[in-house]
Amino acid sequence: MKIAIASGKGGTGKTTLSTNLAVYLSESARVALGDLDVEEPNSGLYVQGEEIERHDKFKYVPRWNPAQCDLCGTCQLVCNFNAVLKLGQQIMVFPELCHGCYACSELCPTGSLPMIPQKMGELTVFRRGPLDFVESQLNIGEEQAVPLIKQTLKQMNGSFGDREYLIYDSPPGTSCPVIEVTKEADLVILVTEPTPFGLHDLKLAVETMRELGVEFGVVINRHGLGDDRVERYCAEQSIDIITTIPNHRKIAELYSRGELLYPSIPEVKNALEKIRLYILERRKESRS
Amino acid sequence: MKEIVVISGKGGTGKTSLTASFAVLAGGETVVADCDVDAADMHLLLEPDFSSREEFFSGEVAVIDPDICTNCGICRQVCRFDAISVSERSHIVAPLSCEGCGYCARVCPVQAISNNSEQVGELYVSSIKTDTKMVHAALKIGADNSGKLVARVKNEAKSVAEELGKAMVLVDGSPGIGCPVVSSLSGASFVVLVTEPTVSGLHDLKRVYQLVKKFKIPAGCVVNKADLNPQILQEIETLLQDEQIHYLAKIPYNEEFTAAMTNGKTVVEWDQNLRQTVSETWQQVLKILESETKE
Repeated sequence: MKIAIASGKGGTGKTTLSTNLAVYLSESARVALGDLDVEEPNSGLYVQGEEIERHDKFKYVPRWNPAQCDLCGTCQLVCNFNAVLKLGQQIMVFPELCHGCYACSELCPTGSLPMIPQKMGELTVFRRGPLDFVESQLNIGEEQAVPLIKQTLKQMNGSFGDREYLIYDSPPGTSCPVIEVTKEADLVILVTEPTPFGLHDLKLAVETMRELGVEFGVVINRHGLGDDRVERYCAEQSIDIITTIPNHRKIAELYSRGELLYPSIPEVKNALEKIRLYILERRKESRS
Repeated sequence: MKEIVVISGKGGTGKTSLTASFAVLAGGETVVADCDVDAADMHLLLEPDFSSREEFFSGEVAVIDPDICTNCGICRQVCRFDAISVSERSHIVAPLSCEGCGYCARVCPVQAISNNSEQVGELYVSSIKTDTKMVHAALKIGADNSGKLVARVKNEAKSVAEELGKAMVLVDGSPGIGCPVVSSLSGASFVVLVTEPTVSGLHDLKRVYQLVKKFKIPAGCVVNKADLNPQILQEIETLLQDEQIHYLAKIPYNEEFTAAMTNGKTVVEWDQNLRQTVSETWQQVLKILESETKE
């Protein structure tokens, strides 16, 4: 079962929930956790394990080979992203603008724009007892996260597709990176906080999930802070609040040190158990 | 025109609360821009009137006309984004997967594919409670042009500032290190990095600062929730020293940030102590900005 942990607003506790839930579930099942927030991956700070493998990840971009080029300009014409320009007697390629569609390369009549691999990031696989953990990190200066997210998902599904639970720590927001992760999930857990910013961004995340047609439920983190507007909204919209995690300075301190919460905070352990039962319930429903 | 951009790498550090507070302190001196278009929250504190709105269009998305499509499958072969699948009658495009490269339309032998520009968001120019203008936007679900929209918001804010004769634009930047934050940073005169002393806060600060360095923009740092972890606070302070980042302020963990937000107020309108700290921070930003531009 694929479970994506997402949120509209950043800093609501996606990584906290992903790492604690993955480790907790791995006490009784085989679990793989993937950190797909490739721009700022943090799960690895909380789940230390033994490094099993590490690969460079590449995207393919065109490179001009002038030998056969007759400067016909087709490449510039077919690129919708202004990544290929004909300037005088030269073809210029701007790899950071390239989306890797191959149009310039394959439509070039003289084969003068072969696609060349270019490193965009790194993928590392760790093992922590019964938990496998995959983390990808985008190179600084690389603007597009989606190609690396796609490759990471592919690797997870390939290597760990047989696991009982695949947990995805998603990127924040509601645009393309988060869509890429959540569209494949069997269940999305939206983490929010009981504040005006939390509610506003939760609403956007809910709209996104509804548009994608995926199952989702809400976890309210830092419960006790702010007010009850998130609970009222969920009630009005008939959205399941799976559980809440209390607001506690001790939790913030454990988090600050990179420690898991549930071994020392019973309320967090209870919350994780509620999530586990909720997942089982949803799985039963989807099978029947 | 001076442009101050506030970013954080990691979410939840208090970036927007701080930017909105700076906006209140700067009052009529600055035009405000919300470039965190994925999770635009500053309007919740600054009371914009949404007086002018404009549609924002994306790049293209392929659409296949089922009446013309012969189901030959060439489009599906060339698509690198797995956006095209076969239905009974014709091939169809999944708009959320389509990158808008237009390759399929170029190779379709019967011209069944057209490229439609989609409305992906709205851009607003509002009057706000600090007697100035704010430029902000709302992105439609799943839109992939947030980088472009960020650039639009910033350019619009600059031209509004010029029109009104304001010398400064204050920008709430985007999270992460990708396309939206690159757009937020381009052209900035000074960057304020907001962080917290947690392992993830430090990790994200280091990454986003590497990006700032590439742009060669002078930077300052505010450490929020500074008393959470003394050891990591020290690591942050060492980093600031090594990288010659201005140490603007450390603000202790304070739930008044949330209380202010819950009441629709910025922290400087809500809490006297925080007003003092944040005012001093803002004065320092202005002072640095002045000396940096003199050089």
